[in-house]
Amino acid sequence: MAHAAEAHAAEAHAHRPQSFIWRYVFSKDHKVIGIQYYVTAMLMALVAGLLAMMVRLQLAWPDKTFPGLGRFLPDGYSDGVMNPEFYAMLFTMHGTIMVFFVLSTAPVSGFGNYLIPLQTGARDMAFPFLNGLSYWTFLCGCVTILASFFVSGGAAAAGWTAYPPLSALRNSIPGSQWGQTIWIVGMVFFIASFTMGGLNFLTTILNLRTKGLSLMRMPMTLWSMFLVAILGLLAFPALTAASLMLIFDRHFGTSFFLPSGLAVSGAPLLAADGSPLHSGGSPLLWQHLFWFLGHPEVYILMLPALGFTSDIIAVFSRKAIFGYKAMAGAMVAISALSFVVWGHHMFVSGMSPYLGMAFAVGTMLIAVPSAVKVFNWLATLWRSRIRFETPMLWALGVVSLFISGGLSGIWLGQSAVDIPLHDTYFVVAHFHLIMAGAALFGVFGATAYWFPKMFGRMMNDTLGKIHFWLTFVAYYCTFFPMHYIGIAGHVRRVYDPYQYQFLKGLQPINEFITVSAFVLGSAQVFFFINFFWSAFKGKKAGENPWQSNGLEWTCPSPPPHGNWPGEIPEVYRWPYDYSVPGAPTDHIAQTDPSPLGQRGEGH
Amino acid sequence: MSKLQGLLFGLATLLLVALATYFFTKTWLPALVSDRGAIDSAMMVSLVVTGVVFIATNLALGWFAWRYQDAPGASAAYWHDSPRLEWTWTLVTAAIMLVFTFRALSLWAQVTAPAPADSFVVEVTGQQFAWNVRYPGKDGIFGRTDAKLVDSAALNFIGLDKTDPNAADDVLVQNQLVLPEGRPVRVRLRSIDVIHSFFLPDFRVKQDAMPGMTSETWFIPTKAGDYEIACAEHCGLGHYRMRGQVHVVAPAALDARIKETAGE
Repeated sequence: MAHAAEAHAAEAHAHRPQSFIWRYVFSKDHKVIGIQYYVTAMLMALVAGLLAMMVRLQLAWPDKTFPGLGRFLPDGYSDGVMNPEFYAMLFTMHGTIMVFFVLSTAPVSGFGNYLIPLQTGARDMAFPFLNGLSYWTFLCGCVTILASFFVSGGAAAAGWTAYPPLSALRNSIPGSQWGQTIWIVGMVFFIASFTMGGLNFLTTILNLRTKGLSLMRMPMTLWSMFLVAILGLLAFPALTAASLMLIFDRHFGTSFFLPSGLAVSGAPLLAADGSPLHSGGSPLLWQHLFWFLGHPEVYILMLPALGFTSDIIAVFSRKAIFGYKAMAGAMVAISALSFVVWGHHMFVSGMSPYLGMAFAVGTMLIAVPSAVKVFNWLATLWRSRIRFETPMLWALGVVSLFISGGLSGIWLGQSAVDIPLHDTYFVVAHFHLIMAGAALFGVFGATAYWFPKMFGRMMNDTLGKIHFWLTFVAYYCTFFPMHYIGIAGHVRRVYDPYQYQFLKGLQPINEFITVSAFVLGSAQVFFFINFFWSAFKGKKAGENPWQSNGLEWTCPSPPPHGNWPGEIPEVYRWPYDYSVPGAPTDHIAQTDPSPLGQRGEGH
Repeated sequence: MSKLQGLLFGLATLLLVALATYFFTKTWLPALVSDRGAIDSAMMVSLVVTGVVFIATNLALGWFAWRYQDAPGASAAYWHDSPRLEWTWTLVTAAIMLVFTFRALSLWAQVTAPAPADSFVVEVTGQQFAWNVRYPGKDGIFGRTDAKLVDSAALNFIGLDKTDPNAADDVLVQNQLVLPEGRPVRVRLRSIDVIHSFFLPDFRVKQDAMPGMTSETWFIPTKAGDYEIACAEHCGLGHYRMRGQVHVVAPAALDARIKETAGE
């Protein structure tokens, strides 16, 4: 199989498409596709980030008018005051776009596509055509989801979790008119694209590894991509099914999620003959299906960041990653457990308390492999020799956020402690630190680290460091105080929190958070300038600018079509032989047959 | 290479630990007015244990970042496995989590146990965007409801069937919930349209009101006074103003207060 694929790839290598359109637009080259995914995701991040800025503006100063925004967004602001339906649309689309179209896409589809063949030693992905198709399917999803802002009633507004009946009854909120239907269509495109990607990832990693690259010699990034592909293939079908059922409930009169006895706006929902329009369905069913995907999904966002972080820390601390087997094992354990914890999103939903117990146990167990990751990173840093290049700063940022965000999970996993905290800003703090933050910092770290490989040029170091420090400080200032207001009872998704007496005193903290969020948003300008400027004008990088061991650093930067100009190199060791005693340099490439180091052989 | 970055990272970590710890020593929870103090205690235990881990791991991270920077003549150890160390921290973490889990399960069993038989029973039905409170009246039995009978013009928001004899003495009030002090209260939660979540921050009570099913929660109000009901689940445009009030009164004053809120 591997042999045939290689012969095929070698042939493809010889037949590089010549026209611009086939080479850079409808490309089947994993590197072009990876960059296409990455750039699209980062542009989607701009949109989703701007939506969050407007949410923050409203939370800090709900009583102020913004005539400028009113002129720019007449449908969202009446006389400079935001409409509640617009607010609901903002947080719904912020969540949807960030979770699926940015933080699943940039690390997994972006870096996954770019790196998997380079790290496995393959000329391309196993199915290049499917790979190209997956990108264009994804782009259709992006266009669809963005188009939903312009339909009657506006974009979906039932939250990124789209709980029915709010998402199913078309007269329950304006966004449940056409917006919700288009949201579902966009999601189906996304899932189809992710499935094609996942099949490619798995097949490539299992079948196209170069000679000598056993599973236990794979870099952590490759392990994370392997696990993410499995998670996606197993978890997403539940959401596909649920989405189609929701479409049927919305348009074709079924009752998967809708019970009888409903009345909206003071009038019962009845068919022409006076019988209930719906009967027999359960809104809880959606929550089970949604979170069966939703929880593995948060690890789809996070695992690549954990992989990048391990690899970056090893390179820039000039030290082998500590506890390789435990690190890979912890990722496997986290992935497996992620399928049995979904109910911790539903402790107060009214499902059986016995189920709540089972889900609490699974959730508490996840703390163990997560702690192992942190301890192993710390052990890697101990007695190391840290080079504070920009990628290393981001990797240390991931470790910091993983600690801060992970520990609050121990609070929320205790089902009774979750009662007062559920649906408050404590949860918002928790998942923005651990899931969103770790994923985002992971993507920035990976960008800084692999940019020289992708574009053959270095990113600007000063701009990179300014970007890191502003983002790191502003990120904590934005999300850490949310723990406190969450404990005080600040509920989520409220257009004007100060309607409640018990939240009135929290306005100054919300103002502080909003100012921090604006600093955080503005800091990203440095990234975009740096990215585009360096891609064209950056200093030439050479093959291996960081003195890394990984297989991807043995091909030219950027790699040509087919990745290695000559034979595909053979692998003799894991990628973590740094500072091996007696070695002439402090790094030994994976392709080096020397007997020194070679932890992969000795154990 | 300049040592500035490592120093900055170490200092930033120190600052994070100092500020986070300082603000966590402040009181954020609203003053407790129910019998659910065990939840507050569990939260406090979580704060202390996770706080110690937070401080220790962050300080280690900051210290290593500062201490192990690259410098001329510096070298890194070739040290990548230590089964004894790894098993130790894995098992210690597992042991701590096991204790947490057992405590969490017993607390959960306590909070979700069936309500005592002598509980004061009240029904709360969520609708966009109000809480419909219903007391069963002297007979202690709630009258039949049917969504077909919902008629907002007639102020029949939950579809009460007025032909049912049990419905005759049911008392219906919007957004005003009167509860007796010192007696178990059993709240039956329902919804007529979308999902709402019945949140009493001062009582540590939160339970979703789900259309198509009746969920329950019970607790003992321990302090007379006026408190707020919030909706914790996004339920539409007016989610933010789905505010109700709870009045906890002495048991002797209960009926009079209910009548007063019902405008009778």
